[in-house]
Amino acid sequence: MSTPIAAGTLSASSPAASRARLVRRWRRRIALLGESTPATVGIAIILAWVVLAMLAPLIAPYAPNANDVLALAHTTPSRAHWLGTDHLGRDILSRILWGARPVLVIAPLAVLGAAALGSLLGLAAGYYGRWIDLVITRACDIVLSFPVIILYMIILARFGSSAWNIIGVLTLTKAPIIARIVRGMTLDLREREYVAAAKMRGESPLYIMLVEILPNARGPLVVDMCLRTGYNVIIIGALGFLGIGLPPPDPDWGGMVKDTYGMMMVWPHMALFPCAAISSLVVGFNLLAVGLRELGLRD
Amino acid sequence: MTDAPLLDVRDLRVAYATRGGEAVVIPSVSFQLNAGEALGLVGESGCGKSTIALSIVRYLGRAGRIIGGSIRFEGRELTSLDETGLRAIRGRRIAMVYQDPMASLNPVMTVGRQLMEAPMTHEGVSASAARARALAMLAEVKLADPAAVMERYPHQLSGGQQQRIVIAMALITGPALLIMDEPTTGLDVTVEAAVLDLVRELRSRHHSAILFISHNLGSVARVCDRVAVMYRGEIVEDGPVRSIFASPRHPYTRGLLDCLPTLGSDKHQAPLVPIAGQVESSLTRPPGCGFAGRCAHAEIGRCTSYPIASATVRGEPEHHVACVRAEELRQWTRRCGTDVAHEFVATTETMVAIHHLTKIYEPRRRRFRGTRAAVRAVSDVDLTAARGRTLAIVGESGCGKSTIAKVLSGLEVATAGRVTLDGVEVGALAIDARGPALKRKLQMVFQNPDSTLNPSHTVGYAIGRALRRLQGRAPGDVAGGVARLLEVVKLSPAMAARMPRHLSGGEKQRAAIARALAGDPAVIVADEPVSALDVSVQAAIVNLLTEIQAARGATLVFISHDLAVVRYLADTVAVMYLGTVAEVGPVERVFAPPYHPYTEALLSAVPVPDPDHVGARILLEGRVSGAGEIPRGCPFATRCPRRVGAVCDETPPPVQHFGDHRLACHIPGAELARLQTALVEPRSIGR
Repeated sequence: MSTPIAAGTLSASSPAASRARLVRRWRRRIALLGESTPATVGIAIILAWVVLAMLAPLIAPYAPNANDVLALAHTTPSRAHWLGTDHLGRDILSRILWGARPVLVIAPLAVLGAAALGSLLGLAAGYYGRWIDLVITRACDIVLSFPVIILYMIILARFGSSAWNIIGVLTLTKAPIIARIVRGMTLDLREREYVAAAKMRGESPLYIMLVEILPNARGPLVVDMCLRTGYNVIIIGALGFLGIGLPPPDPDWGGMVKDTYGMMMVWPHMALFPCAAISSLVVGFNLLAVGLRELGLRD
Repeated sequence: MTDAPLLDVRDLRVAYATRGGEAVVIPSVSFQLNAGEALGLVGESGCGKSTIALSIVRYLGRAGRIIGGSIRFEGRELTSLDETGLRAIRGRRIAMVYQDPMASLNPVMTVGRQLMEAPMTHEGVSASAARARALAMLAEVKLADPAAVMERYPHQLSGGQQQRIVIAMALITGPALLIMDEPTTGLDVTVEAAVLDLVRELRSRHHSAILFISHNLGSVARVCDRVAVMYRGEIVEDGPVRSIFASPRHPYTRGLLDCLPTLGSDKHQAPLVPIAGQVESSLTRPPGCGFAGRCAHAEIGRCTSYPIASATVRGEPEHHVACVRAEELRQWTRRCGTDVAHEFVATTETMVAIHHLTKIYEPRRRRFRGTRAAVRAVSDVDLTAARGRTLAIVGESGCGKSTIAKVLSGLEVATAGRVTLDGVEVGALAIDARGPALKRKLQMVFQNPDSTLNPSHTVGYAIGRALRRLQGRAPGDVAGGVARLLEVVKLSPAMAARMPRHLSGGEKQRAAIARALAGDPAVIVADEPVSALDVSVQAAIVNLLTEIQAARGATLVFISHDLAVVRYLADTVAVMYLGTVAEVGPVERVFAPPYHPYTEALLSAVPVPDPDHVGARILLEGRVSGAGEIPRGCPFATRCPRRVGAVCDETPPPVQHFGDHRLACHIPGAELARLQTALVEPRSIGR
């Protein structure tokens, strides 16, 4: 027969080989990220914050809630307090380092929750269409039409402010946005021939949605999740600023700004350093999102 | 005509920046094009045809770069021209027509505004003068009622009309060179024929030179004076169109011609001859002949050691070939495969039977916007396919052929009528309502190689999953089955670990066929399985399908718009028009008079890779009426060249039976046979 057998370079699949392939694939992906400057810078910023937050107990010069009464005379940055102290004499550097910990846990967890819930809703709406779509999209519209800050205040005032409640609130309010994105992509992907092929071998709708459709929506989804993590950092700050963030006295970037912004004219550093911390982390996530989008477009 | 050629490309070298550094994709290309001449550039995809076209107008983008050589156009050097100079040439002296007309037209501007733009910006003529020019140009590209077309937006026109507009836009400034990159690839065969004729006619009137890029040798033969065959970024053979088609010298050119199914050949004689292997990457390059790896005549040493220079063929001063063995090879005659034709299990047992099938797509009710009319995609169709035979359904896009495939496969359900699969009524059964045995019995092969496999799963997973679902295998028990199926479709077992994006189009389609075979189906429905593939790959896939069919005794329902392929592999052919069957019967009867006038038009439109072919060309006027507006009388009456009168518009045509061959026409069969000449010589191969 004149048709050739295409030469394969990979060995037949075995568990070890497939693991090695997986490792190779991830190595390639990480190497790929290095090609995009925004992604590299973004990852560097985020990783720096993660390391600092993890090492906070070791590297923070003071306990986060320790008052240095003597420093109150000179709250501005000094050799003893690199970033100065706040109005209660607490070391701002230590509080920022400690304050990174809740943010770096809550923001990504809330995004993961929103992605999970939003993907399911979006998949169902896009795949089934008809009344299911109608119900889900309308419900999402209703959630999105509320002024979010007021929504947060109502819910957190009612259920109390804790890390889990903040995660819950962020999940609920962000899921509709993710649902919209996934729905749009599902509408397109469900018409692909591989979906028809899956139907023809009798796959369940759940399998088609989760295994055939969702993996192909991951590109834009991951980019959006990165962006949304950044937004969550802002919102967590805003909640702290409004006094409905994490309960005091543990350090919380937003709360630090709230406590000290009244003294802005006299001691601007008390509010500015926590603000800078928030911005840098947000910029980090945004840069990563930009980089991922760039790489996604190129592939 | 002056002595200097209009376009003189010498030693052009182009490189693309890739992750692994700069890769030379065009190592060295030279050709000349005289004023008013048409040069065809042919080759499989990925051989650098479009790169050359883009280099000429310097549209290579950020990754591409001309690294050497010269392109002289009207005495000016284009490789070193600045943006201002290029702008003066692009669109004015050199115009381009691309494959997808929708991508060339601005969807938010009327056609008229877009046409007037070029003369107004390039020549500074007044709006009224530009308008007059646009109207004249639209008349020239044979669009009925130019004034009305001017006011339309691109989406309100059909694909063929859009491509005419793009051609009008290209010619309106009277360019000296027209570059056409696969201008007819996305069009229906009848529309393609009309557009090609238009190009030929306009060429003689406007004296524009044409660089015509196509993978279709038939359309090249119809339009061009000279042909250059490209492989891996090099021109391997060039010469007058007659010499190339009558006595091709390069093994690659011969391979391209050999793998074309022609209207005269069929599967009972011999399989098609695909070119061995697949297009090798232009990025890496062996020291010798680029084609040596796929060439049956390659000699280690002579062919593989040093670059092969292009030499003039003895006795043909204008015919050049880059092959060291060109003089030694025997005179070419069309090969038809050395393999013995497959034995087909012939039965009369009916496998698929369709009776009075009607499928109506109900519009979704929308409040405030009124309801749109229901679309009758298929109306009252009768077809049968015997076990182990091939039923081919042909017709232009929108004729309902894919709808029949969907109803058969359960992706849609019939509105009315009966569809039986091996005696079981399935017309009303959506796929979810079909039991495992029924699902196993019928599987589908889809059209688009890029979307048939899930890009997130490996080939092995796709096939293994089908084995698990259709044969109830355990997850750990599929590896052997996957390897066996890959072997059946002639892929290496190592392919199982690959992701679809690392596969070529042909490999993807093979993997999709393997997936369809997982349940050992009795019926395979193939919806345009080779339309998106290169000709050489097409031949291999068509061979594979016939081989599998012969080996398994499966029934094949083959949906296609390509009459040559259908002629090759079908036993029974149904020609569909606007949801109805115009003609159906055994393949040799359908492809011989009496034809239904629509079949006749389709056959005459097939581009034949032979410049001397003088077929009585029947060009269809008008456009396919939308499926929403089914005429009262004969659906084909609006375009029928053999219309007899009002009776065609008023009453549905009677179905005339000639044994197992039937056609629906008001003209009696004997009369049709008298009027028509045979368009396909039976069993004629080559010349």
